[in-house]
Amino acid sequence: MEEHIVIIGNGISGVTAARHIRKLSDKRITIVSAETEYFFSRTALMYIYMGHMKFEHTQPYENWFWEKNRIELKKGYVNNIDTTAKTLHFAEGDALNYDKLIIATGSKPNKFGWPGQDLEGVMGMYHKQDLENLEKHAPNNDVCKRAVIVGGGLIGIELAEMLNSRNIPVTFLVREDSFWNGVLPSGESQMINRHIKNHHIDLRLATNLKEIKADENGKVKSIIIEETGEEIECNVVGLTAGVTPNINFLKDSTIEVGRGVKVNPYLETNIKDIYAIGDCAEQHEGINGRRSIEAVWYTGRMMGETLAQTICGNKIQYNPGHWFNSAKFLDIEYQTYGWVYSERSCPDYEKHFHWKHEDDTKCITVAYHKTTKAFLGINTFGIRMRHETFDTWLTEKRDVDYVINHLPEANFDPEFYSHYEADILSTYNKQLQIA
Amino acid sequence: MSNKINNSMSLAKPDALDISTKQKVALAIGFIGLFIMALALLNTNFPNEGLFLTLSLGMISLGVIIYSREAYLTKLEGIKNDGVWFKSISSHGAWGYVLGVVLTTFYIVLYFFPQYLGLGKDGAENTGLVHLFDPLSKLLSGRPASQWFVYGTLYTIAILAFGYKFILKYRHNRYQQIRTGSVMFFQLGFAFLIPEFMYVMNNDLPYYDLKSVWPLNYYIFDEWSVNGFLSNGNIGLALIVFGILSTFIITPILTYKYGKRWYCSWVCGCGGLAETAGDSFRQLSSKKMSAWKLERWLIHTVLVFSVVMTVAMVYTYLGYDKNDFWLTRGLFISLVIGFLTLVFAGVMFFKSKELGKDAKYGAIGFFSVIALLLIMHFTGTTEHVFFIKGSALRSAYGLYIGSIFSGVIGTGFYPILGNRSWCRFGCPMAAILGFQQRLFSKFRITTNGGQCISCGNCSNSCEMGIDVRHYAQKGENIVRSSCVGCGICSAVCPRGVLKLENDSMDGRINPTEILLGNDVDLMDLVNKK
Ligand SMILES: Cc1cc2nc3c(=O)[nH]c(=O)nc-3n(C[C@H](O)[C@H](O)[C@H](O)COP(=O)(O)OP(=O)(O)OC[C@H]3O[C@@H](n4cnc5c(N)ncnc54)[C@H](O)[C@@H]3O)c2cc1C
Ligand code: SF4
Ligand code: SF4
Repeated sequence: MEEHIVIIGNGISGVTAARHIRKLSDKRITIVSAETEYFFSRTALMYIYMGHMKFEHTQPYENWFWEKNRIELKKGYVNNIDTTAKTLHFAEGDALNYDKLIIATGSKPNKFGWPGQDLEGVMGMYHKQDLENLEKHAPNNDVCKRAVIVGGGLIGIELAEMLNSRNIPVTFLVREDSFWNGVLPSGESQMINRHIKNHHIDLRLATNLKEIKADENGKVKSIIIEETGEEIECNVVGLTAGVTPNINFLKDSTIEVGRGVKVNPYLETNIKDIYAIGDCAEQHEGINGRRSIEAVWYTGRMMGETLAQTICGNKIQYNPGHWFNSAKFLDIEYQTYGWVYSERSCPDYEKHFHWKHEDDTKCITVAYHKTTKAFLGINTFGIRMRHETFDTWLTEKRDVDYVINHLPEANFDPEFYSHYEADILSTYNKQLQIA
Repeated sequence: MSNKINNSMSLAKPDALDISTKQKVALAIGFIGLFIMALALLNTNFPNEGLFLTLSLGMISLGVIIYSREAYLTKLEGIKNDGVWFKSISSHGAWGYVLGVVLTTFYIVLYFFPQYLGLGKDGAENTGLVHLFDPLSKLLSGRPASQWFVYGTLYTIAILAFGYKFILKYRHNRYQQIRTGSVMFFQLGFAFLIPEFMYVMNNDLPYYDLKSVWPLNYYIFDEWSVNGFLSNGNIGLALIVFGILSTFIITPILTYKYGKRWYCSWVCGCGGLAETAGDSFRQLSSKKMSAWKLERWLIHTVLVFSVVMTVAMVYTYLGYDKNDFWLTRGLFISLVIGFLTLVFAGVMFFKSKELGKDAKYGAIGFFSVIALLLIMHFTGTTEHVFFIKGSALRSAYGLYIGSIFSGVIGTGFYPILGNRSWCRFGCPMAAILGFQQRLFSKFRITTNGGQCISCGNCSNSCEMGIDVRHYAQKGENIVRSSCVGCGICSAVCPRGVLKLENDSMDGRINPTEILLGNDVDLMDLVNKK
């Protein structure tokens, strides 16, 4: 009989692994998930609440896809794993045997032990259930007079945009003194601050949550701010202060865990025939200068692609290419290629060239090596750029002069859009003269 | 766990989002404008038609203008799709069906019972709604209005008013603005005003919308039309030569350079209405694989029908005067078959690999057309083809395809099947352009490496029902015959993944297994085989 591959988690990493294993082999494949029957795109959760799409539109494959490709789906929550008997035990009471197991259980929202963090009306924004919870507590601005969001990252700003779309007033607590400035250089971070305020979102920088207060029914009534002691009345509190691997159910197993499931570069855990990929996997050491846990869509997909090769007999390491990522801050799109560090974490050899358009919705930051002038990476806001071009330039180790002079080749904005490369170039040349 | 959506009966926004007072006033103004027309329909005698017509059309436009300004100019620039799937009218809710029924009824009356609109029979005075439009018609061309003039005017007003709305909605997007300006211009100038002026200059000329190309304009080669042109000296001759050139020379060149979008979403009137008045319904087109299959069968069947029908029409009247015209029936049939064979052989020779499995269907289509033409030639008598009257074939086409499919279903069903069901399932012109776009065009939608997050916004807003995400999430470019190049997928993509562009034909179609950003060696390894 064909080997049985069981995958826990039907997110992008688990599903990618399953699809590629199917392309390469005839193995029996089962995907297990407690969240939803079918794979959906977590990144699109916000668009459901905003009414751009319905839930079914976030499912990248039609429902017949799974049977046609002989990928079995099982809905259920894995309580624990018996690694000697190679068996999964479900909360629902049943069990499932595997020959090889892939753990792809993703993340869960961080909670930092705030008083009141488990009250009714307090929620993260990660799972489909969180969305349903939000729909219940914040269907409109009659039921939810104000929402407070705690944590200024990518999910926090998405949640702010969601609530804004239903005209629910939002107070946005950000611990840092400027939005996401642990990652973004200050010029960009401050531009986003202003953009958030333009959307009438009450952005509170350098502000921490002290506690969440309940009304007589155990529902959220207000929050207290650490720094000022101010009380803000609200009906919903969104906790979006980052995510951690969703691996509590492994605590009693023999599988080695740290913050996530510990894996080597082959994505193997300490137990033979058990692998981990996606948000929940933690490398012993970050690969190619990356973080040891990478909780983004693309890396989950890449790990799935890689592991499928290993499982189908072509053992290879997870060896991702040049870093890239993207996001959208309300109306401003953001893309990044290579590495651009914020001032807070910038290595001392890294220098930046920053250009911002006068309309305050477009800017770029190019990072380069102080002495060699090697191009290290670019952040671009409000201007779309070509992934392939930057990937090539990074591989060819181009210098910053080359990149700025050839920027038009990387433009990916729709036809007829205004071009800013000439302005960028002249700003660059002026700065060179001053420096 | 359900994702049930409670459709509110509110015309505009979901439960959570009320419309502003200003928008309510705008709606009221618009509805009063419509109400004047309703009164006219009921044969109310207005003291001064010209004034009331102006008032009616003006109020409708004004309503749309105020409404849109309030909806978009009060917010920052950006994607404005909030609540699209909550609004009853744009999410298969009750209002959507009400509107569908109203529109469909209007089309049925328009096509089949124009007397109910007040069209005067056999030269009698118009009454009702048509009468209301008499002053404008007389102003433009000196003749009383017809039901088609009423329709044309409303159609043009719809494209202009909702075009304005669309331009505001996408005021951050130059591609959308210019494209919409273009459809507004072509509708107002080419479809509406120029034919009226042509009539004033020479009232024997058949109605000719210069931008309407065969086979969309299926009547251009009808006997009355061709005779009309030919009996009008040089200008008529020039027009019919232009008609032939636009089908066989101009269209292929532009489609090669820009894809079918130059026509479908920049020039065409059907496309123009779909992109403007139909914009709110674009998300309703089905993205299912089964819908795509149906689409390919239907649209190509219509194409075969329209080719055979046109050839049959020309064929029957060619026979009348045997010797005084160089183009005899035999010669004509041979030319058509020769031309089709040339195209078919060329495609099979150069492109059969790209067609893959579809090559078989292409061959079936080709041989059935040839077979039909030969049968026609050898069974034909003077006016019969396939033992039925050529004109009967023509009127069947006009009825089922020209009226019911394109009008009643195509537009009447906007709120049910989406705004491009005619363009997608029925338009023979789209089939030809699409065929060329897939095989001989520089146009494609480029996918930006590995940036796609599979969110589905692109597929959701594709009016042609293309599952754009299916390609984008694999890093593949989108080269689909049905894509009309509206650019909305690119506009709504939150990660900047899609770009419509014209570039070299090489590497246009790029199936990849492993996406950019991954291990370079792994990508090479997997993509090599
Ligand atoms: C709102 C939001 C927006 C985002 N936007 C972006 C973005 O724009 N770009 C980007 O790169 N990344 C984005 N991310 C992050 C990205 O979605 C994740 O990195 C990615 O989904 C992780 O995929 P995964 O397959 O590792 O895990 P997941 O998608 O989390 O899937 C894991 C699945 O396993 C299930 N599961 C867990 N434990 C068990 C168990 N014991 N038994 C059964 N089932 C279990 C979970 O319920 C879940 O369904 C976003 C995340 C969120 C929440
Ligand atoms: S694929 Fe994009 S450009 Fe083409 S029709 Fe669909 S939405 Fe428009
Ligand atoms: S909208 Fe963009 S990111 Fe979303 S699925 Fe389409 S191409 Fe991918």
